[in-house]
Order: sequence, then structure tokens, then C-alpha cells
Amino acid sequence: MSDPANTPEKAEKISLPIIGEVSRRTVLKGIGATLGLGAFAAAIAPLTQFKDQTSLNEFLQQHYKELDDEDKKQIFARLEEEARENYGADVKIRDPKPIPGVRYGYAINLSLCNGNGKCAEACHRENNHDRAVNQSYIRIFEMPKGTSDMEQGSTTYDHAVPQPDKYYLPVQCFQCENPPCVEVCPVEATWQEADGIVVVDYNWCIGCRYCQAACPYHARRFNWRAPEIPAEEVNPDQGYLSNRIRPQGVVEKCHFCMHRTREGKLPACLEACPTGARIFGNLLDPNSEISWVLKNKRCFVLKEELGAKPTLYYFFN
Amino acid sequence: MNGFSGWLILLAAVAAVAIATIAGLRTAEEESPGGTKVSNSESPATSRFQHPVVVNHPTGPPRIATGKVDALGREITLSCASCHANRESHLETNNEKDLKEFHQGLHFAHGTLKCVSCHNPGDYNSLRLAEGRSLPFAEVQSLCSQCHAPQARDYEHGAHGGMNGHWDLSRGPRQRKGCIDCHDPHAPSFPGMVPTFKSRDRFLAPLQEGKPHE
Repeated sequence: MSDPANTPEKAEKISLPIIGEVSRRTVLKGIGATLGLGAFAAAIAPLTQFKDQTSLNEFLQQHYKELDDEDKKQIFARLEEEARENYGADVKIRDPKPIPGVRYGYAINLSLCNGNGKCAEACHRENNHDRAVNQSYIRIFEMPKGTSDMEQGSTTYDHAVPQPDKYYLPVQCFQCENPPCVEVCPVEATWQEADGIVVVDYNWCIGCRYCQAACPYHARRFNWRAPEIPAEEVNPDQGYLSNRIRPQGVVEKCHFCMHRTREGKLPACLEACPTGARIFGNLLDPNSEISWVLKNKRCFVLKEELGAKPTLYYFFN
Repeated sequence: MNGFSGWLILLAAVAAVAIATIAGLRTAEEESPGGTKVSNSESPATSRFQHPVVVNHPTGPPRIATGKVDALGREITLSCASCHANRESHLETNNEKDLKEFHQGLHFAHGTLKCVSCHNPGDYNSLRLAEGRSLPFAEVQSLCSQCHAPQARDYEHGAHGGMNGHWDLSRGPRQRKGCIDCHDPHAPSFPGMVPTFKSRDRFLAPLQEGKPHE
């Protein structure tokens, strides 16, 4: 193309005849541009997936607290449609509001709990957890008697219960009065409601998992995958901030069965407990069962020194 | 004028009677069939109409299976009195080994009690309190409460025994288990169980070599 190519001595020196007399600089530029384009394509690849999985409406959705009733109606309809498409289930999504004058409290009688795990199973079914990993908001520690150090407990015990030298400690979200998980959220996707329940907006969560690291009780769970649930096992009675099927990549946690308890019902784990170890109710009602327990039993909370002020209490008879 | 005030007094009297009647009905409702007083909590949030708390209890004396069927294939069961009405009571019997003719397979592990500590030797279709008073089977909970006072106290305050339904009685009823739903009266210690459900989340088991992090 240019003069040097026509010079026979110089042409012999060039080792790659196809490239010809193109300078080393141009070759490097070309390689750089190719790599750059490749990297760009790889970088935007998730966006093409994103287009398939996320509607524009979902992308543009506002923070839960900024939604009005009309927005919510549309969002719930969209989520119900998604549940039909992805899980083949007809579900109903609501968002029951806190009952005025109610602050929830929970107590577990460790003298009665025998670690049978029915509570964890009921939670699994009620809250549309991933069947593949048997996810549940409740984790039961088999603890040596004489300590409340969770490090010494085992959650993988697989034998008849109760063992004579052990006690059983069910741990779930304690709906702390001073929740460290809420403080660390960089996008305000998790907050405390007026009845004390700490909720997560799964559509606002960015999956950074700071809250998981901040919780001293390992009460939060991360959805590594979208949950797998057979259509006939999906619980159709769903709350937007509670048990609706979570998307992949968001954090979730126990919400005291908010979709049930805000309508006056007992939590699913309490109803399932065969030993009657669980007591639930309104802390602000001086005549409630939970108030009686707090007044008359020696209740304690886990890791009290951290100052998170759990509202789930333990007691022994 | 006189006539008007007379009417007022009459109205007030009628109202007073009505209120007293309603109050009486409410008290009657709070007394459960099992004889256990049910705490119907009143609260700022739940001061409206209160749904009932229903306590499970037996409907009457048990029927004993004979293991035989009648001509139509129905199981033949007997009332306690079928045998016990015309035979002498064995007041000292305190274990299942002494039951030679009937009640085979009964497991008895309830302290040092004798059969007649709870069963009424005067009328086997009823139970008997420690003070000697006869007690219908439906009210068995009062019988248990004689000795198990701490449990009875906790039960009365909703802190013992499983339940279903509503924590907020202004929104719906509640159903509570009775003593003998969980405790076999002849061997009352709560049976052992085997856990059937285990999560497989990654915090539960140590990571295995070569397995992905999730």
C-alpha cells in the first residue's frame, strides 16, 4: 500500500505478510479496540437478560413508602401475574397495615421446646420458601445445658429429641426495638413498622447483604436462587412485605407472619408447635398472654449486651 | 309531668334489667365446658366484641373397644359401667399388670396413683376428685389441675398448651388444646419425637471441599 511494501528488501523482513506493512502501533490499537468491544458486550449482557425478566414498570417502581393505593394495586396485579407465569399459581397479594395500639411480642418456653422442628417446617410452607434447600426463617440450636453461647450449639442434629443433656433454642428474627440491620441498609429497603415488625421491600433490596452481616442472630437469609416451589404447594395468601415469593438476589427474614398476625391470627409456627412452647400477643395490652408471661416468668433475650432489644423472649418454667 | 317521670323510671328499670342479663350471659360464656376459666382479654385494641375461646374436651365417658364386630360389621364398644356396675372395685390396683381380663395393652406411668385416684369406684362412667366429688369426663381438666397447679395456672393465662386461631379475639375465635390432647392421662410425660424437617442452608453444615460456595 505505501512505499516500503514496494521495496523488496523491506518486504522480506516482514514476518506476517497478510498484515502487510501495518505498524505495530496499529495492530495494538486494533487488539485494544476488539478487547474493549468484547468487554463492553460482556458488561451489558446482563441488561439483555434484565430486559427479559424485568418489566419497565418494575424498573421504574418507587420506594414502598412513596406508593399510593393506585400504584400498589398495579404492582400487586403485576406480581400476581408473575406468580402465575413463573409458578403456575393463582395468588392474592395484599399489604395489611399495622393495627393501631398493637406492638407484637413473642415468647418461647425453653422448658417445653423439644427441638422437633415442626415450627421451622410450618414456616417453610407458610412463607413460600425454596423447596430445594428447605429454607426456613427458624433455626433450632441443640444446646448443651448451662450456656446460651450459640457457638456451642448444633443445628444439624439428627436423632430423637429431646436428649437429656441438651436444651433446644429456636432462633428467628427477634424484631428488635433497635434493629442493627435497618441502620446499615444503604438504600432503606428494610425498616421497622409501627407494630415493631422489621420488614424488607424485596423490590427495593439491592442484595448487598450488609443487613445479614449486621444481624447478631443470623436471622436474615439471602436468596441465592429464585425459590423453587411446585404450583400446588404455593401458599396463595400472600403479603407484599411478608410471604410473597421472593425474587433472586434479595434478603428476607421472619416477619412474625405479618399477613396473618395483622388480621388477628396466630403465627404459623405457633399453631404448628406440638409442645405449646410459643406464646404470642400484644405487648401493649396488659391483659394479653404475652404480658402475663413477661410479668410472671423470668424472661431473657439473647446477646442482651449488644443493646438490640429483641422483642422475642425466652424463659424456663 | 308525673306520668312522664313515671315512664322515665320504668325505662331505666327495663334498661338495668337488660344490662344485668347481658352481663350474666357474658360471664356464663367465659366459663368453658371443661370447667376451666378462660381468660378473655380486654385491651385498648380489642375492646369490641370478643370471639369465644373453645377448649378441647372429651364429650363424655370413653367407649371401650371389645375388638368384636356386630352382624353389620360395626365395632362393638362398651361403656365403662357395662362391666364395672356389677363387679367389685379393686381399690388397690396401681399398675397395668394387675389388669387380667380387660384393658390389655394399657401403659400406666403416672406416679404412684391408683386407678381409683381418678376413676370413680362408685360410678365408673365418671371421674372422681380428691375431695370425693364425682366429676364428668368432660371436665377432666379440673381433675388434672388438682395436682398440676403450676401448669393449670400457666394454662389459664395462655402460657401452656397449644392453640389455633386468633391472638386477637376481637377478630376471630381461638381453639385451645386440652390437657389430654397432648398428655395421655395414663402415661402423661410428653413423648419423644424425631425431627423430620431440616434446612439445608449453608450456615448449617461445614463447607465441603470442592463444593461451590452456595
